[in-house]
Amino acid sequence: MGPDVFQEGIVAGRLEPDNYEAHFSDLHPRLDPHEALVAADRCYFCHDAPCITACPTDIDIPLFIRQIATGTPDAAAKTILTQNIMGGMCARVCPTETLCEEACVREAAEGKPVLIGQLQRYATDHLQEQGVHPFTRAAATGKTVAVVGAGPAGLSCAHRLAMLGHDVVVMDAAAKPGGLNEYGIATYKTTGGFAQDEVVWLLKIGGITMQYGVALGDGVTLEKLRAEYDAVFLGMGLGGVNALGADGEDKAGVLDAVDFIAELRQAGDVASVPIGRDVVVIGGGMTAVDAAVQAKLLGALNVTLVYRRGRDRMNASVFEQDLAASKGVRIVTHAVPVAVHGNGTVREIEFEYVDDAMKGTGQILRLPADQVFKAIGQTLKGEGLPALEGRKIKVSETGQTSVKGIWAGGDCASGGDDLTVTAVAEGRDAAMDIHAALSV
Amino acid sequence: MADLRSEFIGIKSPNPFWLASAPPTDKEYNVRRAFDAGWGGVVWKTLGLDPHVVNVNGPRYGAIYGADRRLLGLNNIELITDRPLQTNLDEIKLVKRDYPDRAMIVSLMVPCEEEPWKFILPQVEETGADGVELNFGCPHGMSERGMGAAVGQVPEYIEMVTRWVKSHTRMPVIVKLTPNITDVRKPAAAAMAGGADAVSLINTINSITSVDLDLFAPEPTIDGKGAHGGYCGPAVKPIALNMVAEIARDAELQGLPISGIGGVTNWRDAAEFMALGAGNVQVCTAVMTYGFKIVEEMISGLSEYMDGKGMTSVDEIVGRAVPNVTDWNQLNLNYVAKAVINQDLCISCGRCFAACEDTSHQAIAMSEDRTFSVVDDECVACNLCVNVCPVEDCITMEAMAPGLTDPRTGKVVQPDYANWTTHPNNPSASAAE
Repeated sequence: MGPDVFQEGIVAGRLEPDNYEAHFSDLHPRLDPHEALVAADRCYFCHDAPCITACPTDIDIPLFIRQIATGTPDAAAKTILTQNIMGGMCARVCPTETLCEEACVREAAEGKPVLIGQLQRYATDHLQEQGVHPFTRAAATGKTVAVVGAGPAGLSCAHRLAMLGHDVVVMDAAAKPGGLNEYGIATYKTTGGFAQDEVVWLLKIGGITMQYGVALGDGVTLEKLRAEYDAVFLGMGLGGVNALGADGEDKAGVLDAVDFIAELRQAGDVASVPIGRDVVVIGGGMTAVDAAVQAKLLGALNVTLVYRRGRDRMNASVFEQDLAASKGVRIVTHAVPVAVHGNGTVREIEFEYVDDAMKGTGQILRLPADQVFKAIGQTLKGEGLPALEGRKIKVSETGQTSVKGIWAGGDCASGGDDLTVTAVAEGRDAAMDIHAALSV
Repeated sequence: MADLRSEFIGIKSPNPFWLASAPPTDKEYNVRRAFDAGWGGVVWKTLGLDPHVVNVNGPRYGAIYGADRRLLGLNNIELITDRPLQTNLDEIKLVKRDYPDRAMIVSLMVPCEEEPWKFILPQVEETGADGVELNFGCPHGMSERGMGAAVGQVPEYIEMVTRWVKSHTRMPVIVKLTPNITDVRKPAAAAMAGGADAVSLINTINSITSVDLDLFAPEPTIDGKGAHGGYCGPAVKPIALNMVAEIARDAELQGLPISGIGGVTNWRDAAEFMALGAGNVQVCTAVMTYGFKIVEEMISGLSEYMDGKGMTSVDEIVGRAVPNVTDWNQLNLNYVAKAVINQDLCISCGRCFAACEDTSHQAIAMSEDRTFSVVDDECVACNLCVNVCPVEDCITMEAMAPGLTDPRTGKVVQPDYANWTTHPNNPSASAAE
């Protein structure tokens, strides 16, 4: 007898052991050389290419694709990494379907864009697997910059600063570097320990000291950093999770989707991660889709993703929505949670349908649930931060905060989407501005 | 990043990639943009005497496409510059002043008399240009007026004009050769005899790209008629490579520098021309197709190649393949190879089978489940299967080790070299002593 798919509760091992590897393998396996050449051949080398404009890091996409086409993938990688030091991760996790590939003229012509993301991975993997780090440091400036957060924004900022000759100390609350690259992205999008490999590769630039288990307010204060360093960059992301605001949300089995995603990423063996029989995910972004899809891949019998607005308003791209649907996730829209039912442990969750103006219709949906994942956004945590704009640290175009000597970027800062690629761009641009400020 | 600095007949440029004399180098605006994009030098579009020529006011270009509308060949009926001489000279001077590190060569075409050359050369010299290129290659329009290819097809004229030019200027002189001849070594030798510092080749090839089957007129069509034009682009590269190699390996032409032209599109094309003896390359069709920016790929690609080979100067590439260009009768007839199909890469399209079964040696077998394999008993290693296979490196030619028996001939592969000159089937074979 195999596992019992109908077993209620949150249990591990819902699948036959062999199925886990297939379920959590690479979503887009790397192109082989033939596939890469065929894909590269489709690029028109557009003038002032729309794909570049669509890329938050402004990678010269036509150039790197041409470099792949002419048999120089390492030169292609350098073109990519010059603009985006985490080009390897972005190639895996960028929603290319709403960025470069949406803008590709061949999407307009044939509904089939050039496979920009996969070509980017082909090039960056080719270089990084040789252990080659193509950048060197400028002469030492004698300046030292503190970077809070070892996620995409912080590491991008640190790398650029180190390249420009500054020394950098990066501190992170977690035990490992990478931020959301390590803890917040679906397992099938970055397999094989790539997030850690990329950080190891990135740090080869030299001049970057890593400190783990250090967070603002826990081991260090902003005042102290300001006093001890020549500049400070804040890239600690969003540490808090929004509450549902529904009755009974403190019941057992109601969890944060980000914790579930992190647990899966950190699990040595995904089969050991328990999952409910009836799982409900609340939210409409990438985190919601990542949680819902992975719940299904772990063997949950029923997974429902519930979003308060229409599909067109979901932050998750159409590609992500379709991916969820193809894995068997049911997507319910226009419903808000009103109560979590159960005697200590969730058994059912109750929603009310709402119209486009979010006005209650009085119609109720009750879904059986032994596990509920909240994915309705994250919040900035911390005391004594620079001035906020909305719920994030207010920054200028170049990442300057309201406090002289402090810059910020990534998800914790205002401006831009909460994407890895945006964080990389913001970290890089803040580094250039810090460099300019320190060079005066 | 390898050092790509180049010196060609004493003219320095930051890389060996020049733009050929053609529409892209017709005016200041273009050339400034080209230099800003990274091109090492330009050959300014051909100047002539005033009154300046006029161009047709209809299509000047026709094209040949590969799959996916990839432009493989371009044909043009444009003439030399259609702007006043002084306008061009003024612009050349301005650009050269602002880009002193780039090579500035001026292409010239004036009537086949000494006076016009005496007239124009000092004016070019006054611009500060680094050298001149004599356009003896343009195959349309100008040739009907006794210039361009009409000169380039008569070695005596080439020598005569080159000698005039050399006697009236201190600038280095490059003679641009037409491919519309039978033996390119003859015009090259004439240029050398006239004192040319270098030759550049090839200019465009006489061509009609296509015919409009409704109008029954060649394309490009001007009011129902068409004229032959000059063909260029990736399609002409093999012809150009051969002509460059013919000059590079000719004993009489030793030491004659060559600027390679003809379908250069990426770093690899450039390296190939240089390996066959070109000191640098000139590019036109590729920038007309993709814009000036392609030079970035040429720079990064050649640099990566040189780094990989441990080369520190582009001169280390120049001529490296020339010793390996030989005549057919010097090829080793004892060398035996067989095609090998990599079953892991094979996608079972059967193109190799169709080619071999229908047109060659019936040396590929096809099983009921569409597995394709080589029949060594029949394979002559002709390479056609490799050429028609859509997958890179799926079919390769593997040499047979000496001592093995070729199943096709039943003969043991010999370790020693033997060519046609000593082959028993050659009626005029001389016995090897």
